[in-house]
Amino acid sequence: MLILASLITLAMAVVSLFVGVSDVSLASLFAGGMDSRAVEVLFISRIPRTMALMLAGGSMAIAGLVMQMIVRNRFVEPSTTGTMESAGLGFLLVTLFAPGWPLIAKMAVSALFALGGTALFLRILRAVPLRDVLLVPLIGIMLAGVIGAVTYFVAYRANLVASLLAWEMGDFSGVLRGRYELLWIGLVSAVLAYIVADRMTLAGMGKDFATNLGINHRAVVSLGLSIVAVVSAVVLVTVGMIPFLGLIVPNVVSLMVGDNMRRSVPWVAVGGAGIVLACDITGRLIRFPYEIPISVVMGVVGSVVFLYLLLRTQKRVAA
Amino acid sequence: MSSLSSSPLAMPAPSLPKKLSRPALVLIILGALALISIALFMTLGAKGSWSFVLSFRGKKLLSLVLVAYAISVSTVLFQTVTNNRILTPSIMGFDALYVLIKTAIVFFLGVGALISIDSQIQFLVEVLVMVGASSLLFRWLFLGEERSLHLLVLVGIVFGILFRSLGNFMQRMLDPGAFNVLQDTLFASFSTTDPAILAISCVVVAAVSLVGLRLIHTYDVLSLGRSQAINLGVEYKRTVAIILVLVAILVSISTALVGPVTFFGLLVATLAHSLVGNSKHRYVLPAAILLAIICLVGGQTLLERVFAFDTALSIIIEFLGGIVFIFLVMRKSAR
Repeated sequence: MLILASLITLAMAVVSLFVGVSDVSLASLFAGGMDSRAVEVLFISRIPRTMALMLAGGSMAIAGLVMQMIVRNRFVEPSTTGTMESAGLGFLLVTLFAPGWPLIAKMAVSALFALGGTALFLRILRAVPLRDVLLVPLIGIMLAGVIGAVTYFVAYRANLVASLLAWEMGDFSGVLRGRYELLWIGLVSAVLAYIVADRMTLAGMGKDFATNLGINHRAVVSLGLSIVAVVSAVVLVTVGMIPFLGLIVPNVVSLMVGDNMRRSVPWVAVGGAGIVLACDITGRLIRFPYEIPISVVMGVVGSVVFLYLLLRTQKRVAA
Repeated sequence: MSSLSSSPLAMPAPSLPKKLSRPALVLIILGALALISIALFMTLGAKGSWSFVLSFRGKKLLSLVLVAYAISVSTVLFQTVTNNRILTPSIMGFDALYVLIKTAIVFFLGVGALISIDSQIQFLVEVLVMVGASSLLFRWLFLGEERSLHLLVLVGIVFGILFRSLGNFMQRMLDPGAFNVLQDTLFASFSTTDPAILAISCVVVAAVSLVGLRLIHTYDVLSLGRSQAINLGVEYKRTVAIILVLVAILVSISTALVGPVTFFGLLVATLAHSLVGNSKHRYVLPAAILLAIICLVGGQTLLERVFAFDTALSIIIEFLGGIVFIFLVMRKSAR
């Protein structure tokens, strides 16, 4: 099954190489030799874009999964906990005050803000004594709104609203060779998540239970939060926000293969890469030769799936 | 019907003589503040011909007051019929629905429709579609089985995101020329309100208020909840359906005039409830309207004339509103 899913994702990746305004096909690749225009487009634009899609999709989905394990709630992911918005605020501030810093330093600052935002979210959650499953994402979305308003205000005062909106919108059309390599950090984080998957699963069973089984709960949670923060910052800085991705993929996977993280991590990674590829190819084809940014396509797909998940749980509870 | 004997009915009884003066006092103070902010708005920093200043600012003031009225009344009524203090029409994604409808008209009928049809007729058509669509959504969410409040709020928010993304999606599918025309009509602001639309909005709001006034005796009963209201002789489904239509009309008007303001209604309604100190609509409704006028007119005056920011008011409202919302949700679940 997993092999089949990987094959489908790979097939989509191959399709992604050949979709676009500039003509790249097997025939044109072989006709022109090594330095033809088609080869150039393939190596400078298409391959980086396809890699970026798979890396961003896979690592965001895994970030969502880790987040859900730590918070012990199915409906959280970096964009429903204020993590993404905090990363955005950090990036905006560092761009304002230290425009000369290299991108990786800006990314690091953004990751620190993301970590801070997530910590704030967890702090607020701890203040809520009676936790309803649905209350957690609700608070998270509102916190995201508040942090977003602060970011918007700063951008407004600095006359940067247009560029803020432009780089927060998830869009892969600007990905070229040399502009996406930070996303490999996302892959490293994903591998790390796979290595500590068993400990995450146990930590997901609650603090007392995990401590009883000999897990350093605090350390595992901190590691998980760092993974989430780094992935969010990396994806935000290179391609922008992709809403709901980290929410729907782990949920659908858990419907299929259950909650053992060691088993679900590869599924989630492949599923995330696959759905991002599918959405991006759709966005490229539906209004050819123009493109529709992936955040718009994901916004529609993601909110429909989210609604389905929400109303589905409700029915099950009622029954 | 055993639930009848439980707490809600026992609520309004205690400490009447002392509280009776408080709502009235609050209303008087709020009224005075509203008048002061209107006076300041009309006169502060005025130079040159008074007749020009007054008519120019008068139009702005009229649209601000209309919006304040529409948002506060629609929010309070919506909270009454849905029996909660957290959900508001705009949190439910209603203004996003309006934008979506407007985009869909351009998408399916072309820009020609937007330019050639008279703006008043167009406005009425949009309001009609909006009322139809939102009534369907409301019926499905509120008149069916009982659902938990958190689920409703979350579903509402996600619907809002869905409407926004769908609208965005359609806008991207338009050709750039059509998109520009659409964007012009969507980005309404206080300074560029179309006088024709302003006039028709006044008429519609007046009509809505008349219908609303005829139902005013049912509001307090409805706020007791579904079974109590039915038990006390309110024709529940019909009344709620009518009120929801009124809410939909008011939301369309405020969105058409100023565009989406997510948290303003929540802020005003929450403040009104806590200032008045009881939940009688006789007091809460006017208090909410006055508060909304103070916030919009006073806030706009303060920002425009004193701090010289111009459009930042909505950002500040969003920020404060989000915090109030988190606080409300937390307090609600702590209880």
